[in-house]
Formats: sequence, structure tokens, C-alpha cells
Amino acid sequence: MSFWLFVGPFVAGLLIFSYLPIIWSLVLSFFEAYNTVTPSKFVGLQNYIDMLTDHNFLSSLGTFTIFAVFIVPLTFVLSLALALLVNQVKIARAFFRSVFFLPTACSYVVASLIWKLSIFNGVRFGLANTVLGWFGADGIAWLSTVDPPWYWIPLVTVRLWLQLGFYMILFIAGLQRISPTLYEAAYVDGAKPGWQVFRYITLPQLRATSVAVLILNLIAAYQAFDEFYNLIGNQNYGRPPLVYLYNISLGSIQDLGHGSAGALILAVIIMIVTLLQSRIFGFGKAGD
Amino acid sequence: MPAHVPNAGLTRRDLLKRTGGLAALAAFTAACGGNTGRPSSGGDDGGGAKATLSQWYHQYGETGTQQAATKYAKAYTDANVTIAWTPGDYAAKLSSGLLSNKGPDVFESQLNIGMVKSNQVVALDDIIADVKDDFQPGDLATNTVDGKVYGIRMIVDPQVIFYRKSLLDKAGIKPPETIDDLISAAKELTTNKVKGIFVGNDGGLALGGPALWSSGGDRLTEDHKPGFTDARAAQAFGKLHELYASKSVLLGAPTDWTDPGAINQGLTAMQWIGMWAVPGMQKAFGDDLGVIPFPALDAQGKPAVYSGGWTQFVSAKSANVDAAKKFVKWLWIDKEDFQEDWSLNYGFHIPPRKSLAAKASKLQSGVAAETVKLTADYGHTDDPAWTPKMNTAFNDMLTNVIKKGADPAAEITKAEKTVNDELSRLFG
Repeated sequence: MSFWLFVGPFVAGLLIFSYLPIIWSLVLSFFEAYNTVTPSKFVGLQNYIDMLTDHNFLSSLGTFTIFAVFIVPLTFVLSLALALLVNQVKIARAFFRSVFFLPTACSYVVASLIWKLSIFNGVRFGLANTVLGWFGADGIAWLSTVDPPWYWIPLVTVRLWLQLGFYMILFIAGLQRISPTLYEAAYVDGAKPGWQVFRYITLPQLRATSVAVLILNLIAAYQAFDEFYNLIGNQNYGRPPLVYLYNISLGSIQDLGHGSAGALILAVIIMIVTLLQSRIFGFGKAGD
Repeated sequence: MPAHVPNAGLTRRDLLKRTGGLAALAAFTAACGGNTGRPSSGGDDGGGAKATLSQWYHQYGETGTQQAATKYAKAYTDANVTIAWTPGDYAAKLSSGLLSNKGPDVFESQLNIGMVKSNQVVALDDIIADVKDDFQPGDLATNTVDGKVYGIRMIVDPQVIFYRKSLLDKAGIKPPETIDDLISAAKELTTNKVKGIFVGNDGGLALGGPALWSSGGDRLTEDHKPGFTDARAAQAFGKLHELYASKSVLLGAPTDWTDPGAINQGLTAMQWIGMWAVPGMQKAFGDDLGVIPFPALDAQGKPAVYSGGWTQFVSAKSANVDAAKKFVKWLWIDKEDFQEDWSLNYGFHIPPRKSLAAKASKLQSGVAAETVKLTADYGHTDDPAWTPKMNTAFNDMLTNVIKKGADPAAEITKAEKTVNDELSRLFG
């Protein structure tokens, strides 16, 4: 009885808000469903064929890939560096930890608006352009310039600012689990503090944390929506899959058939990547 | 009631807990609905048998508009009308609202054939019949599919280029008459503080239609074929890239082109914007304001004005279609004082009724009068057969041409394919 009392609301929520929509989406993906969620015209696999040959959908996957190539390694390296630094601090460690963690509590929408309206706006009094002005450089329309693609700088920095602290905490937890005796043994064996210890003790010991950070990061990158939607809007140069699918199915187009097909294709891609990584890194296997 | 007797394993307390949990879940899911413009209770408080209607608006930028909309709704006595005022992405909220009967009863939008095909709106021929001749042909055509009128035009919003006369005089240039003039004027007006022209933070997607019209083309031809595929159209889109690449276009402004913020703050000398912003701009500049249409592509072309606007519709999913139609007739056909108030007392809009437009004294002088004249001479309204999907393909084409400098002809071919697919889906 108490089992269902505790689990019930969660299961109900999962059924109503996750499984039912997924199944409904699967059904919709086989129908022509403009402006309706109860379609009647069955089209078989046509929606899937359309999406897989839709150059906009494919280029949105490309946009995601570029984004992941920037954001995943940068987040990994910087959050690890921050964790190492904060872990070394002798005084006010809790203070530094909190300061770096705080941006995680900020909403993506709010942060995007600050980035768009005050830091990276295109006029001369924007923060970034003011700084450029000190060096005599011309202002840049950060979000509107595609050649060179300056828009990546606001897009990547806003996410870095927001998520570094979270991954830093994961790394700090990992660092604190490493037994000090390992370091002592290394010093006894003549290892030099610094790179050598980091390379041969710290990094291997952080393997589980590192893999977790990489995977979580990659999945978060797949889900990128808020900052793109708020910073770029519906423009094809900065349109990751979720923004594209949102515009197809929930924006004014209301083409729920193609949108559902695209969402399921994306789900399959994420599934394949997750399975591949568990083959390669072994993260998520029993006993980890 | 045997069916409701709890089974043996269940005590009364357990049952209470369970039902309590369910009630909490139900309350939670109900709360997810958000502001639909409906009263949260049943509605009929003291109203007797009056219908309750929900009327949806997007957020107008001018102060006083929301209060005015509420005032009109309160003044209507045959039904209880509640207002949903939507900041942000109104189109998306409206689209999902129209999927269910939880959406609006009456709403403002622009018609596209998809709304008719999927039975989202009802025909309003019966309420417009008596005054049909009093509407401009374009404002009727943009709301007509297969001979039936589906919406009552509320306001007409011409989009044109407004400019600071003093800045053009100082630079010694005349108001541009061709696109090339416009590009060179933008260049000359650009200083290190002020950019020549502002056409939107997206680099000028709003200019796609006007540039096409100025070349003699149109998005769709009258027999529903793509009308943007010839060499002159490609040339016009190429000019938009030239303008963008001239480094005289304001980009990344804090407010977008629909808001007079950029020109009012002195960030730009010219701005593509609607007539709605005239009161706001006049407050900042007085008479130092001029207006031109989108200039002609060349001697062969003609200037163009986008005659946009908002239209009132009745949702086919409404539980009170007849009451909703009656309300629309009352507000947007019978109540001329409210229509005049809405068109002239906040932003400036042209009243779609000829009789009302003729009386609109605020639009009979200065830059507003010039805009009205330009709209009459060069105005283009939307074709309802142009769907949002076609528009996305069109805008993607423009982004690639304008910002990435892609070959217009190749991009046109890509957009043409999407438009043709849509056309064959809609018209066979």
C-alpha cells in the first residue's frame, strides 16, 4: 500500500506526461497531422522520408554537432580546472564553491536575455562592444553576424557560465573521493607535484566522474533549446534540432506529423549514441 | 454504490489519502493550463444565461491598448467577454490554443488557408454582408478563401521606411527612389555613432516581400504558383544582401524593427517600421520625420508598401460560435467609436472601413497622411494561400542570401521546391 502511495504519483506523472505523449507522438508520425492531434490521413513512412531528406533538419543536426564540439570539451576542461583550483584553496573554500555554483540556479531564459540585451548587443554601448572600443576596434553585431560566425561566442559562453559550476561540483566530489594515500605513495616514489601527479593519479582516478560529465554534457547539448531560441530565434544558421522541431510542430506551422517523426529520429540518434558510449566507456553498466 | 466500495485491503484512511493524492494531481494538471482568458470558476456568476467568451490578443506595444481592449469587452452586454493579452510568442500560443476547445472563442490573427482546411475558423459572410463594400478589396481578399470571408479586418498596418529629414538634409541626399539609392543613402548616413538604416536584427527578413514586389514579382501568382522565381526576383534579393554587406545596417539593437526604440534613440537614420509607431516617433522628433515606400528595384519596378494588419476571427471549436459572431459584429462592424479609438488613439493604424478612414482626422496631415497615400498607391496584402511553412522556406532563403551571401538563384530553387510541395498538398 505505502509502496503505491509513494510511487503512485510519480508513476502517474510519468505515464501521463512522458509515456502517453511518446506513444501519441509515434502515432502522429505516421499521419498527415496539420493543426490537429487527432489526424485521419495515414501516410505510412512518408514523414520519416521527408525529414531524413529535409536539408533544414539535416543542417540542424550539423548545428548541434558544431555546438557539441565547442561546448563539451570546453565545459569538461574548464570545470575540471575550476574544481582543481577550488579544491586547492585553503581558506573560504565553501565560499568559492558557492560562487561558482550560483549561476546554475539562473534560468537559461534570463541569462540569454542578459547576454542578448546587455553583454552582446550589437550597438556601441553593449558591454562587449564597449570593451572592444577601448582598444579602438569597431563594434560587432554579435548575434547577427554569420561571417565570421560571431554568434557562437554568446551561445557558447552563456551555456558555459550557466553549467560550469554544476560540473565543477561533480568533479570536486570526484576529487575528494581520491584517497590521499595514493598521492603520498606517488611522492614517495618520486613523482613531482603538478602535471605528473595530475596525469598519473588524479585523472585516472576521476575516470567515472569524467565519463559521467561527458555524457551528461552531450545529452544536455542535444537538448539545447532555450539559449538558441532566445538569442537567435528561428534563423537557419543557429537552429539546433529542438528549435527546428519546435517551429515545425508547435510554432505557427503546426505540422505535428513531420515534427513527431523528427523527434523520434532524434530520440533514436540519442539512443544510439548512448549505447555506443556504454560500449566504449562502460558508463551505466551494472556495478559502476 | 457497490462499484465504489473499496476492496478489503483498503482502510478508510487509505482511501482518503488516495483520493486526496488524485485530487492534488488533478489540481496540478488543471493549473498547467495557464492563462486562457477564461475565468477560473464556472463563469456564470450572476450573468444568468449569458455566454462566456474568451478573446485573445497579442501584446500591442503602445500603452493603453490593453486597457482599451478590456474596456470594449466590458461594454458588451450580451455575453461575458474576458481578455487574454499575450506577450511573447502569440502565434505559437494561439496555434496550440486552437487545437482544443480550451482556446479562444474570438481571436486576432492573420488568415492562412491551413486554418480553413483544418476547420479552425468559421465563415463570417453573414455578419459582413451589409458592409462588405465599405472594406478595401485587398483587406477582403486577404481574408477570403474559396469565396468565403473568414475574418473581419480590425486594423491596417502599413510598413514603410521612416527617416530623419534633418540627417538626410545634412548629408545632402534626397529620399531614395531606387534600391541602389537606398543602399548608397544608407552608406552616406552611416557615421561611427549612427547607422544608415535599421531593417531588423535578423538583417532584413521583413524586406523580403517588399523587395520582391518592387521587382514586379509576388510570393504566389493568382493561379497559385510560386511568383518569386525569376531573375528580377533574384536580383532584388541580391540587393538586400548588398545592403546588409554595406556595413551601414544597424544590427543587434536592443529593440527590434517593430519598435521605434532604435530610431528614437538615435541609433539609426532610417528604419523599416509600421505606421503604428508614428505617434512614438513624432514624440521624439516632431516634424523631423519623413516617409518613403520600399523603393523600386529599378526604372521598370514599382515602389512597394506592405499593407499588413490584424484580423478578428471566430474559432470553430468555440462552444458559443453564434454568440462569438455576434460579439465580433458588434465590436468590429457596429461600434465605430471603438474602432476609431483602437485605430487612432494609441498607435496609428488605418481603419479598414473606408467610411471610417475618410473621417480619421489624425491621419489627414503630416507623415501619417503620406503613409496612407503610399499604402493606397503601392500597398500589397498577404495571400491567404501563403502558409507558414512556405514562409519559413522563404525566410530561410532570405537568410542564406542576405547574411551568408549565397547565390539567390540556387536558394530560390530550394524554396520553390518547398512551396510547390505545399501547393500540391493544398490545391492538388
